[in-house]
Amino acid sequence: MEPVKTLRSRTVVLAASHIDTDQIIPARFLTTTTRAGLGRQLFTDWRYGPDGAPRPDFALNRPEAAGCAILVAGRNFGCGSSREHAPWALVDYGFRAVVSTEIADIFRSNALKNGLLPVVVDEATGRWLIEHPGVEVTVDVETTTLTLPSGARARFPLEPFARYCLLNGVDELGFLLVQLPRIEAYERRKTAVS
Amino acid sequence: MRTMFQKIWERHEVVAETADTPAVLYVDLHLIHEVTSPQAFAELAARGLPVRRTDRTLGTLDHSTPTRTEQVFGGAPIAIESAARQVRALEANSAAFGVELLGLRSAQRGIVHVIGPELGLTQPGTTIVCGDSHTSTHGAFGALAFGIGTTEVGHVLATQCLLQRRPRTLGIEVSGRLAAGVTAKDLILAIIGRIGVAGGTGHVIEYHGETIRALDMDERMTVCNMSIEAGARAGMIAPDETTYAYLRRRARAPQGADWERSLEAWRELPTDPGARFDREVAFDASPVEPMITYGTNPGMAIPISGRVPARGDDPVLARALAYMGLEGGEPLRDRPVNVVFLGSCTNSRLSDLRGAARVLRGRKLARGVRMLVVPGSQQVKAAAEAEGLHRIFLEAGAEWRESGCSMCIGMNGDTVARGEYSVSTSNRNFEWRQGAGSRTLLASPLTAAACAVRGRITDPRELL
Ligand code: SF4
Repeated sequence: MEPVKTLRSRTVVLAASHIDTDQIIPARFLTTTTRAGLGRQLFTDWRYGPDGAPRPDFALNRPEAAGCAILVAGRNFGCGSSREHAPWALVDYGFRAVVSTEIADIFRSNALKNGLLPVVVDEATGRWLIEHPGVEVTVDVETTTLTLPSGARARFPLEPFARYCLLNGVDELGFLLVQLPRIEAYERRKTAVS
Repeated sequence: MRTMFQKIWERHEVVAETADTPAVLYVDLHLIHEVTSPQAFAELAARGLPVRRTDRTLGTLDHSTPTRTEQVFGGAPIAIESAARQVRALEANSAAFGVELLGLRSAQRGIVHVIGPELGLTQPGTTIVCGDSHTSTHGAFGALAFGIGTTEVGHVLATQCLLQRRPRTLGIEVSGRLAAGVTAKDLILAIIGRIGVAGGTGHVIEYHGETIRALDMDERMTVCNMSIEAGARAGMIAPDETTYAYLRRRARAPQGADWERSLEAWRELPTDPGARFDREVAFDASPVEPMITYGTNPGMAIPISGRVPARGDDPVLARALAYMGLEGGEPLRDRPVNVVFLGSCTNSRLSDLRGAARVLRGRKLARGVRMLVVPGSQQVKAAAEAEGLHRIFLEAGAEWRESGCSMCIGMNGDTVARGEYSVSTSNRNFEWRQGAGSRTLLASPLTAAACAVRGRITDPRELL
């Protein structure tokens, strides 16, 4: 995995709360056996009308959204299914961070494994960002802060190991494989008692 | 004094967590299915890694698998080509990596969360994971069971372990007797309505109290199944005599002397008296009525005789009502329905089918209503047929299918048409969940069957 240290981008805003994984990537696109190319189907049912034409009023379809790498969303983003296709689709589309006042557990865990930053901010910051789409903000993994255009900074929580993995491009499977002798010892202990 | 969660967690820590690193948590049972596993197997193949414990891994086909008999048994091709590819991919990966797969024609195949308990693999005190959020279902047996993403599926395949931070605990004490015609599904919808769809985020829920003790295993599974709809990764219920009676003599449960030894260990699991949860909620079940959802998340539920909340200035509610084609303040009762779906890992077990059959016996579906009955597993299907339930469904005019996820997620071609109202016993009423523009109202099997008979939203107590 590539290290992720800082990210500077304009934001695109989806103000709705409880945006679930079925909205991020509908189930009918999960009949895939690879992780590539899912960005095309990101938010499909909101992005396109029944005739397949892009809806001009949808935030991602506006010209100013082009190239934005930070998605700001209402609370409880990513609730629902454990499908990792949701972060895959967001990353494939070009997003590198999701900012909300609350992000669902499994989505957050899946996002971190794909270099997509789940940034949970306080209510005031969240509200301000939703009311000011398109502003340029900076997300810094080292200091776990999000910096607004005014220079004001908001801290966000980031599990220390996830932060370490992001900063150093560490792959978790590699870390686990190093633990194999301890895993084997655990298994021997367990069969001995049961 | 420790909670059940704590006991199970501590017993499965290969390496305890520190400030800098999460715990290395051992996984006793890893269930896999066709949708969230192919990319994980590809990762193993790319790194030249084997599946470390094939004896702790079991695969099934459910999510994108057809439920039409001719496509399962009759040699007809699977209608959706990408779904067929997924089925073939799991068959090929299982063979290549030596993992047992309950294949398309296996008599033990079924929805991943139905077959684990049914085979006796879901046991108290174990850790169980699957690339599916409703893995919380297995917690009904006093297991720590939760959904994971595909990268983590790869971690477990390769190492039988996961890197995890210890979640907090939420105790929900339920007291009071459930009224006649009110089911475990109504109870959990009422609980989610109360604590909210993010009320359990970061927590493992333990349901306890007299009402929970009185539930049978199928009902406990329905409750734990929907823990994720309250944002919790896992839900648990302490094992007791009901649990042991269910598991005894199941094909893959411990047998003989092993059974006795296991039983002794299981009796140590329940939360010690006086142990504290990080948060506690008390819930009175006695006023709960048959529940139904009106919106686009499972927390948007009301008693079936109630009114949809007034729109006010809540943008989430306004959006949900617009999608559902409903007005704030109106009653749901007597609104026409188009489709009824009886199935999913929430409500597709034998007792669910019996409940619906009780309502449908000797009755017909209302004109224009389509009803799909999809048993949770091939074993449930066989058991239902042995007692003649399928005849009740067929004579009423419903379709009787092979097992699978079906219309719960609409991946296999079983879908609800745009704008149609579907009363569904599944667990998610998200926009488009059951098909393009589908409108889902979640309810119990009794309510679903009553709506099928009347063709309108109906209180099941009128037909019992
Ligand atoms: S029945 Fe529905 S909720 Fe259950 S595992 Fe299948 S798709 Fe998921």
